[in-house]
Amino acid sequence: MAVHSRSILFCKEISKFLFFRKNVVRRSSHFQYYPDKNTPVEGETTKLNMFQAIGNAMDLALEKDQSAVLFGEDVAFGGVFRCSMGLQKKHGKDRVFNTPLCEQGIVGFGIGLAVAGSTAIAEIQFADYIFPAFDQIVNEAAKYRYRSGGMFDCGRLTIRAPCGAVGHGALYHSQMPEAYFAHTPGLKIVIPRGPVKAKGLLLSCIEDKDPCIFFEPKVLYRAAVEEVPKQAYKLPLGKAEIVVPGNHVTLIGWGTQVHVLCEVAEIAKNSHGISCEVIDLMTILPWDSETVFNSAKKTGRIIIAHEAPMTCGFGSELAASIQEDCFLHLEAPVRRVTGFDSPFPHIFEPFYLPDKWRCLDAVINIVKY
Amino acid sequence: MVVSSSMIRFTRKMTNNFGQLRSIKTNSKMSQKIQNTTIWTEKLEILKPEQVKKIPMYRVMDENGNIYDSAKDPMIENETLRSMYKCMIQLNVMDKILYESQRQGRISFYMTSFGEEGTHLGSAVALSEEDLIYTQYRETGVLLWRGVTLQECINQCYGNNLDKAKGKQMPCHYGSKDKNFVTISSPLATQIPQAVGSAYAFKRNKSNKCCVVYFGEGAASEGDAHAAFNFAATLEVPLILFCRNNGYAISTPSEEQYRGDAIAGRALGYGISVIRVDGNDTLAVYDAMKLAREISISKECPILIEAMTYRMGHHSTSDDSSAYRSVEEVENWQKFSPMLRFRKYLESKNLWNEDQEKQCVEESKNNVLKAFGEAEKVNKPDWREMFTDVNWSMPNNLIKQREYLASHLEKYKEHYPLQNFKHS
Repeated sequence: MAVHSRSILFCKEISKFLFFRKNVVRRSSHFQYYPDKNTPVEGETTKLNMFQAIGNAMDLALEKDQSAVLFGEDVAFGGVFRCSMGLQKKHGKDRVFNTPLCEQGIVGFGIGLAVAGSTAIAEIQFADYIFPAFDQIVNEAAKYRYRSGGMFDCGRLTIRAPCGAVGHGALYHSQMPEAYFAHTPGLKIVIPRGPVKAKGLLLSCIEDKDPCIFFEPKVLYRAAVEEVPKQAYKLPLGKAEIVVPGNHVTLIGWGTQVHVLCEVAEIAKNSHGISCEVIDLMTILPWDSETVFNSAKKTGRIIIAHEAPMTCGFGSELAASIQEDCFLHLEAPVRRVTGFDSPFPHIFEPFYLPDKWRCLDAVINIVKY
Repeated sequence: MVVSSSMIRFTRKMTNNFGQLRSIKTNSKMSQKIQNTTIWTEKLEILKPEQVKKIPMYRVMDENGNIYDSAKDPMIENETLRSMYKCMIQLNVMDKILYESQRQGRISFYMTSFGEEGTHLGSAVALSEEDLIYTQYRETGVLLWRGVTLQECINQCYGNNLDKAKGKQMPCHYGSKDKNFVTISSPLATQIPQAVGSAYAFKRNKSNKCCVVYFGEGAASEGDAHAAFNFAATLEVPLILFCRNNGYAISTPSEEQYRGDAIAGRALGYGISVIRVDGNDTLAVYDAMKLAREISISKECPILIEAMTYRMGHHSTSDDSSAYRSVEEVENWQKFSPMLRFRKYLESKNLWNEDQEKQCVEESKNNVLKAFGEAEKVNKPDWREMFTDVNWSMPNNLIKQREYLASHLEKYKEHYPLQNFKHS
């Protein structure tokens, strides 16, 4: 910022004034991070947090595939979340570049690249701003193969978008829009919960034969480091992971919410003697019904938790499918603990989120049912 | 539009083929119109953007506040001139303090207007209080001139119980029904087509007022901006499209944002009248807005103003612009400071001096700190406000969810920051 010396002095003076005022409420995260201790491949690892792991995945993709390009708003200098830092310098301005500020343009352009045989990694700066591109994603990308009988497709397109609650993002920097896209046949939707998963899943998305949307919970970018394998590796799409095995209650989540659920499982076990099985869905579309149904049949009690509003959230789809396939195994109705059916509010975020206390309460109640 | 005669023949043929769907009469009228307005050429030539004359930049005063053509001094009343400058200082001081307060975690976010004070005040002063304003998010000076108080702004940034939007939005997303200032939303350019709609309503109601919509040169790349330009032109609405071209969309410089003659250059293509103005020359901005307003209302037409300026601050508190632009670049712009230039103009008229400057800065600082202190004392709104204003009346699902949350909070109250929120 352009501050001449007079304003710097001025600021210092103000700082002093502000510093001694009481009643400062600093916000902290609503979750505790549970690091991923499984190393998906053998070999050397390095400590990376999620934004670095994503940058590393894109770096490897650009290295491996000379047709690959990475673009979006402010991507050239590293992106507002620093995921593409250093990539323009390394791979060149024709491969890593800024686009004009236009999401429908970014996705349409990405589809075109893919149709012409290039690998396209498109960044939408915030998932909340993906909606101008809704038509390109839902009517174009998703239907390309179907409408041409397989002559054309845009499987080489991956759309990355930071998403989810961050403590102070309010209506337009907090949303989890996975459910809107999950209603669209032809897409794949993936949400990682940390660095190790992010790298492997993103590399899978980039190489996948279908257009993928990769939602990155932005609160996780710098939440923690994990031991991430240095080499390129892929994690299967459409496959969930049992993060915590358990017997009494199944807790299903994705992204940040998985960490909330891990803590809930811990509290439930230690304070209430309830054994919870935590499932990270990872891929929203197509979701892993096998893992979910097996767990549902085992525990008979299912809780699904997501940040997005309850009505028509992806939890609704899971709940409906579980009751269809596992009805006779259920001991209680499937419960959803979610964001409320209001826009994502600013100052009320601590009350809005499906935090550990709301999830824990659901666990206690479902066991008592 | 260039249409070859064979194309017209083709159109006529199609018209005949689809005679039941489209009347031949209408179509031949259309063909006639095309014939009448077409300039024909036998020279095979593809026009280049450079061949089009660049739209000039209107200016009134130089960097030292001297009027280029003394006959063109807009002769704004002395008291108004002083108030404009005081408002700039107030805005500037508020920005510095609130920026700093974000750094200390007292508010969650902030956006400064450093360097763009001229576009804010020059434009706001030329409007009537009745004119409806839509903004992007970096037009706080316009809001202050409209009479929205510091206290209201700071309450909004705090999201306290006195914030009219009840803590629902991030800081800097101001709005005021009384002052005809539509509440800001974060998505870019969405406000532009909305402003066209409002202007159309004014036109139908013969309201004798206009609508003004502010946006950045980055937002002008969004599909909504193009839709709005075309709607404004074809529906002939009293609307001022005010583009603040401040050189950057976060990190993206305008060279990577567009080609051609910037945003003003587009206006003519859409059939919209246009003026480009030095945004750091407050008097020039004032002149442009005043004239645009008169024409827009009297002729019922949109006018685009492109104000060329420079974002001196970071994009927001989430940004560090040193990652993509040099300190020298920013420092070079200091000499074009709209505030400095306006101050020199005031001084040349003996309307301002160093003592007044010091006093005004001091007063402004006290105003902000006082409002700040007041805002901080007030609790956040009742958490139940989270469920209001979703719909006109609360639907059953929300009533149920609110009841559920009430009982949950009763049971788990020690885990929630209820002490910071109003109890009802």
